[in-house]
Amino acid sequence: MELLANLSQGFAVALTPSTLLLAIAGCFLGTIIGSLPGLGPSNGVAILIPLAFSLGLDATEALVLMTSVYYGAMYGGRISSILLNIPGDEPALMTTLDGYPMAKQGRAGDALVLSGVASFVGAFLATVGLMLLAPILARVAYLFGPAEYFALYLLAFCTLGGLASKNQAKAALAAAIGLGIAMIGLDNQTGIPRLTFGEIHLMDGVDFLVAIVGLFAVSEIFMFIESHGRNTAIGVKLDKITIPFRDIVKSFPAMLRSTAIGFFAGVLPGAGASLGSFLAYMGEKAVARDKNSFGRGNPRGVAAPEAGNNAAAGGALVPMLTLGVPGSGTTAVLLALLLTLNITPGPLLFAERPEVVWGLIAALLISNVVLLIMNVPMVKLFVRLLSVPPWILLPGIMMVSFGGIYSLSGSGYDLVLMIVFGLFGYLFRKLDVPTVPIILGILLGNNMEDSLRRAMVISDGDWTYLFSSGICIGLWIAAIAGFVAPVFLKNLLQPPKPVED
Amino acid sequence: MKFYSRKGLMAGAVAGVLAVTGPAFSAECIAPANPGGGWDFTCRMIGKIMYDIGVADKPIQVTNMAGGGGGLAFSHVVNERNEDAELIVAASSATATRLAQNAYAGMTADQVRFLGAIGADPGVIVVAADSPYQSLNDLLDAVKADPTSVTFAGGSAAGGFDHLKVLMALGRAGFNDVTAVKYIGVDGGGDAITQTIGGHTQAMTGDMSEVVGFLAAGEVRVLAVFTEDRVPGFDDIPTATEQGIDIVSVNWRGLYVPLGISDTDYRKWSDALAAVAASDEWAEAMVANGLAPFTRVGDDFQDYVNGVILEIEELSREIGVIQ
Repeated sequence: MELLANLSQGFAVALTPSTLLLAIAGCFLGTIIGSLPGLGPSNGVAILIPLAFSLGLDATEALVLMTSVYYGAMYGGRISSILLNIPGDEPALMTTLDGYPMAKQGRAGDALVLSGVASFVGAFLATVGLMLLAPILARVAYLFGPAEYFALYLLAFCTLGGLASKNQAKAALAAAIGLGIAMIGLDNQTGIPRLTFGEIHLMDGVDFLVAIVGLFAVSEIFMFIESHGRNTAIGVKLDKITIPFRDIVKSFPAMLRSTAIGFFAGVLPGAGASLGSFLAYMGEKAVARDKNSFGRGNPRGVAAPEAGNNAAAGGALVPMLTLGVPGSGTTAVLLALLLTLNITPGPLLFAERPEVVWGLIAALLISNVVLLIMNVPMVKLFVRLLSVPPWILLPGIMMVSFGGIYSLSGSGYDLVLMIVFGLFGYLFRKLDVPTVPIILGILLGNNMEDSLRRAMVISDGDWTYLFSSGICIGLWIAAIAGFVAPVFLKNLLQPPKPVED
Repeated sequence: MKFYSRKGLMAGAVAGVLAVTGPAFSAECIAPANPGGGWDFTCRMIGKIMYDIGVADKPIQVTNMAGGGGGLAFSHVVNERNEDAELIVAASSATATRLAQNAYAGMTADQVRFLGAIGADPGVIVVAADSPYQSLNDLLDAVKADPTSVTFAGGSAAGGFDHLKVLMALGRAGFNDVTAVKYIGVDGGGDAITQTIGGHTQAMTGDMSEVVGFLAAGEVRVLAVFTEDRVPGFDDIPTATEQGIDIVSVNWRGLYVPLGISDTDYRKWSDALAAVAASDEWAEAMVANGLAPFTRVGDDFQDYVNGVILEIEELSREIGVIQ
């Protein structure tokens, strides 16, 4: 079989001792980078690019190192989500919703192992998907124009209403705030700055990480100060790690469904891992019978977003390799790396540079196994990083956050902005306004707006263009159903109660 | 898109530390973007060749300073490094476009000195392989007949360089109703091609390096390249000029220096840059990265940039990007 021949060629490239060592080093670094708030996969990869150059790595080795860091960070992001209620990176945002409540119930170990397994299932199947379907799936990207992307984002926002909050109005308010923040920066359709007040630092908009670290980590420190260290989320006790077989078996179908959703979102260049994990979580909640338990520590609420975001990470490699179009922020950095290595991703990459593609795929399979080992039996190692007493840990997290955020643009402006977000985060927590929809608004708002405006340019303002394809109509129906259903089912459903800190 | 603009200085700092092998206070090249992009390439490649061929006596240190589409680095040079003779900064057509459109918060092109360009990514107009448009004139005629029938996709925002190229070509063809032309800005050239192959837009405007892979795969047809002569290696692609549309528009890769340096220092840098342009190493780097020869160094280049900025200003005012 050609596939097996290709794959064995790939393993021949990837299984040399030096490449293997790079994969292990990359997985380890990636997991640490992912678990530290303020350092996400795209920073991690960008920071290590010069290292790859200065080590004189060849194309395959550099790719192996970078993609192991990438996958590692996707795994690692969940650790601080679960233990600290602070997402380690953007896609791990959804994991806080059920992961942290599980940890509060004394099941932190279970949540970590379960999400580790879910990450493995998502990432492994996505790599298999990449291997089998990449050339075919590349055509899917052609099917998605502005109208289709708009409908997809609409679907995401329509399901937002059911997100963990005691008060739907407050969730909607939070989403609106997020959308408003997303508007800051150069308008992508006209190049005109909006809401920047002539400030050059705001031209590129507000970085997601600034908002996440501000709203989650900095506000946490204010809570900590206010309560003199008594009332803090930090410092979840982690006992002996056992493998929660029952939860794994019970949530296995959820992992598979979420992998499919996440992989699909990853393949679409305009979507990405954050949308993937969000849709996976909301999808799982929609089909669940015990909707109430979501947001209160439902194991499936932990498994779904982790499988979803890791599958999306694999999916995002599909358009990057086959079309040269990055499907996420991190793959944009990887694409730059490829170009610098004189590899032009595109329709011919699989034919012209099979050793690069198959070596990469083999390396991904290997790093997944390495990551499963690191993140399940050895998870305590990473947890120990985060389980020192809060009065040491919290300042430590602050230092890493400040360092990470400063690295974004090298200006103090982002730091000030982060603290401002921290103040607002503190205020919102006092007012019981959920912060997750704010981040989702910032993450998805620009893309949704751009899609709508591109669609309107193409159609000369004719709104029927938004329903011009089967894909659009399908997504609209799903979006309307997702929006309306909770209203009619309201009496049947108790809104979930978030865990009090 | 924010995705592209956020992994910044730490990477640069690491690179910087690694790059310093000579004594401190060596010359510095600022790449106003993250590692991996065009400006980063300009700094690293030119800096490396200058040292390799001996026109720079010390290795040139590369600093990445991303932000504001190059505006952060520009303001840093103008406000804090105006007399630093040991500083060069990577620039391209995008720098000139943003200066012309006042996108650098009030700063203007005459606050620095442009040093030269030594390579360029040729502008192209591309359609899907199954498109009915066979030549540049087919496409431009279709726009003239009914501007709503064609949407262009490009990797820059409306009013950006990719958009302006289309408007300039249409202007040369006698169509000046610039606001009627439909253009959508997407996230990079690859995305623009994807939208065009998918049939959501009818044509893509971008740079040669962005379309090479798709061209080889037979997914797209390049209707015209905006250079004076056909590009070596792509000899079957006609130029716009030979189809009667008199437009030359390339995305040049070059450098600027602080305004306050002496003429002697300016000449020292422009001689060094000219030496790079003439070197075999640079010829190789251009081929590997899909760049066409485009050498304009010194005062000649300053005049060229001034001319480009004037034209862009005028066009931008017409389409309403600036008042």
